[in-house]
Amino acid sequence: MAERKIRILIAKPGLDGHDRGAKVIARALRDAGYEVIYTGLRQSPEQIAAAAVSEDVDAVGISVLSGAHGYLFPRIIELLREQGADDILVFGGGIIPDADIPVLKAAGVAELFTPGTPLADIINFLRERYPE
Amino acid sequence: MSKQQWTDTALAKALERGKERKSFTSTSDFPVERLSTPEDVHTDYETAIGYPGQYPFTRGVQPTMYRGKLWTMRQYAGFSTAEESNRRYKYLLEQGQTGLSVAFDLPTQIGYDSDDPVATGEIGRVGVAIDSMKDMEILFDGIPMDKVSTSMTINAPAAILLAFYIAAAEKQGVPPDKLQGTIQNDILKEYSARGTYIFPPAPSMRLVTNLFAYCSANTPQWNTISISGYHMREAGCTAAQEIAFTLADGIAYVEAALKAGMDVDDFAGRLAFFYASHNNLLEEVAKFRAARRLWAKIMKERFRARKERSMMMRFHTQTAGCTLTAQQPDNNIVRVAVQSLAAVLGGTQSLHTNSKDEALALPSEETVRIALRTQQIIACESGVADTIDPLAGSYYVESLTDRLQEKAEAYIARIDDMGGAVKAIELGFIQREITESAYEYQKAVETKEQVVVGQNQFIMEKVPVGGLLTIDPETAAFQVRKVTDVRKNRDNAAAREKLAVLRAAAATDDTNLMPLILDCARIYCTEGEICNELRAEFGEYRATEVL
Amino acid sequence: MLHKEQAGFDELLARGQNNDKRAIGRMISCIETGGTADHHMMQQLWSHTGRARIVGITGSPGTGKSTLADRMVKYWLTKGYRIGVIAVDPSSPFTGGAILGDRVRMNDLALVHEVYIRSMSARGQLGGLSLACSGAVGVLDACGYDIVLIETVGVGQSEVAIMNVADLVLVISVPGLGDDVQAIKAGILEIGDVFGVNKADLPGADRTAKELKAMLDMNPNMGEHQPPVLMVSAERSQGVDELCDAILENYAWMEESGELLKRRNRRLREELLSYMQDRVYRQVLAPVIENDSFDKNIKDFLSHARNPYVWAGEIADRMEEKLK
Repeated sequence: MAERKIRILIAKPGLDGHDRGAKVIARALRDAGYEVIYTGLRQSPEQIAAAAVSEDVDAVGISVLSGAHGYLFPRIIELLREQGADDILVFGGGIIPDADIPVLKAAGVAELFTPGTPLADIINFLRERYPE
Repeated sequence: MSKQQWTDTALAKALERGKERKSFTSTSDFPVERLSTPEDVHTDYETAIGYPGQYPFTRGVQPTMYRGKLWTMRQYAGFSTAEESNRRYKYLLEQGQTGLSVAFDLPTQIGYDSDDPVATGEIGRVGVAIDSMKDMEILFDGIPMDKVSTSMTINAPAAILLAFYIAAAEKQGVPPDKLQGTIQNDILKEYSARGTYIFPPAPSMRLVTNLFAYCSANTPQWNTISISGYHMREAGCTAAQEIAFTLADGIAYVEAALKAGMDVDDFAGRLAFFYASHNNLLEEVAKFRAARRLWAKIMKERFRARKERSMMMRFHTQTAGCTLTAQQPDNNIVRVAVQSLAAVLGGTQSLHTNSKDEALALPSEETVRIALRTQQIIACESGVADTIDPLAGSYYVESLTDRLQEKAEAYIARIDDMGGAVKAIELGFIQREITESAYEYQKAVETKEQVVVGQNQFIMEKVPVGGLLTIDPETAAFQVRKVTDVRKNRDNAAAREKLAVLRAAAATDDTNLMPLILDCARIYCTEGEICNELRAEFGEYRATEVL
Repeated sequence: MLHKEQAGFDELLARGQNNDKRAIGRMISCIETGGTADHHMMQQLWSHTGRARIVGITGSPGTGKSTLADRMVKYWLTKGYRIGVIAVDPSSPFTGGAILGDRVRMNDLALVHEVYIRSMSARGQLGGLSLACSGAVGVLDACGYDIVLIETVGVGQSEVAIMNVADLVLVISVPGLGDDVQAIKAGILEIGDVFGVNKADLPGADRTAKELKAMLDMNPNMGEHQPPVLMVSAERSQGVDELCDAILENYAWMEESGELLKRRNRRLREELLSYMQDRVYRQVLAPVIENDSFDKNIKDFLSHARNPYVWAGEIADRMEEKLK
């Protein structure tokens, strides 16, 4: 039987259809050896939290480019808490102004990656959290 | 001396002394020629390049090009509420902008009213929230709708927003035939790249052709579609793929309209196109020229169009948002200038220049002004607008134009074999090609094979950026109140009746829905209500996710 | 984290039987991870299993399996069943990573209390479907799920492997896939209990169905019980009810005729065998090989300085000795 793989849900909450970033991250994580569960566009926070719980993922990566991050991130974290899944790491990326980053981190987002972040930084972040 | 002789003698010696910096490839994956000479150009001037305003339009669609009239400077704008956006539009017109371009928020783009729970957090974020004709009246308050040319970036619910526009114009006393502008109305690229679809392909294509037919009879100055490569390019495809996938979508629309019984020359002249302009200046210029020539050929040979206008690829260009960096954002001004230059040298009909802060937030008034000034400098100071298609005859640009066209034609042939663009999207082919290219590009950036100044080279300590546009948190509540009031103050019995009529017509195949949607719009049915009737009849599209 | 959960496996199971999806997810992860932990779990689970109907869905890529699974689940929900779905995707062979995207077609079901969906990668194991998959089926069975659907992409070995986890196999084909008939000839024919021709609204669907029936008729291995061939369009939700009913009717026949028992016998044998192989390998063989370092000798093997078969034989002998 195989060893336990780190499982990561990559999700696009809200109505934004720009999934280039999410798809590129999904591929990069796959190539780095992770098991990536991709949920596709227009997922409600409720659907994302339910998927994270059912799939028993280690982390949820959320991509938001529409400016709705101030609502979506905290809502997903709240729902995970309600389901006793607050050990699931939540990280994210997208067009997120600097001023909003401390607010989101205070809400429980582990890390935020803004445009231009090398993929290697994201992978390193996960490697540090989940050493092999 | 032939090119081969030069390569074997002078060049060989130089290469012995020192190697070249690296291998050179264009974004479309072909090697960049070290040197192009007359030997690399195989085209016949008369038939393949020709004269502006004449088939095959390689050199441009008008005989005078920018000597007659400059391109339309059209900044895509819209945020928050109709009230706020109206103020921004007036500011842009005062600054010398010559056309409006409306950006809608996501709930509007996907057919939900502002008080729908799925709209939470998204109201007024990426564009203006328009729930009913009421908002459209406010958006154009004090802007004469018979004078301004308006572009609307709206796709799945295009028919509804156009109906709001026509109805609002009627209230201003402007009849439909006086309206000028463009509606994006390009659903296929929503499936393949942009993601704001609502209905499945078949009913969506019906709405597209219903709009074509309605406009052909009622709004002769209106461009009924803007077939868009821009979003596919933003999603990661190459220049050659951008031509191919855009024109393949174009072919699908023409076929749909023909199937609906229209004559090609009745609608083809109102088809417009929309491309991105990237940093690789010469490749981009060649791209615009190749696309123009290829579309003319397709319209003439495949669809037997008779009118010259039906063969003209008129297009809007936007500088490439995905090339902008969040790091050292001032550098983006330079990128935008290079990209704008490419668009103008490529013969664009209208242009949006991105603002330097768009990798960080929606643009502020100040940054939009700089972007507009960039266009004005190119138009008035650079001299490139003074002569037509100035890069024609460049050995390199001509050979690149040929090669891009060839590559695009090969893609289109593959898509034809699959059964056309709709099928290729259903099979996930186009999405897969785009995603592949995006990932390849990202890997090149990671290895620094592709340099992005300020991002992976020439990096500086991050400086906080100020003056970003923020959306007033009260916007959502204000918008919700407005739509609730609209529903309270209208004739609800009439609204229910007109919505029922629309639903019944949607169930049939042959009724043009556009006049019925207009009936609903006039009596303040909301966008969400109209879309829900259509959703109930048409169902909703589920994406083929391709990774 | 996992170890803490192992200790509380009984508690996890109790929560899972109360349809706590967090607990179900955790149990499946423990089983996926393998190791000594899952042994205890498999033992605990066994007494609670045997009730669920385990249905496999397979077919070539592009046959619309996930969408069909979504529609089938929705139909069975109306009949009051609780349904578990396990979507198995192929793993990227080079890095061991994978992108699991089948959930996308079933997003509507994410919030339905009576449905549990889990994505799994085949993790490069022979046969595609891993032991972990039958473990996951066991968890869902023990937690009171009435039907467990296992959806797997039909390439290479995995179609055959689905027989090792499912009671009944639904094979999906579509018109116009060209090589589909070839694929059917290559072995799917033998494993299908029910055949569905999806995208029945496309031209050529009738012909595909006819060809399938003709091939089933000609198959000498087929007994009296002929597998039904049904036309269905998942996209338009047409024929899904009939397909689901046919599956359960077939299931009923399997129960009555003793076929189900026969298959479960065979499956349990296979499963136990590979389970034991796996444990013997890890508990007995792996430490020995490690001591004798395969890596150390590999150079000698390849240069023919040493005979690898002699080496392998010696290890086997040494183990036999040890067991005495």
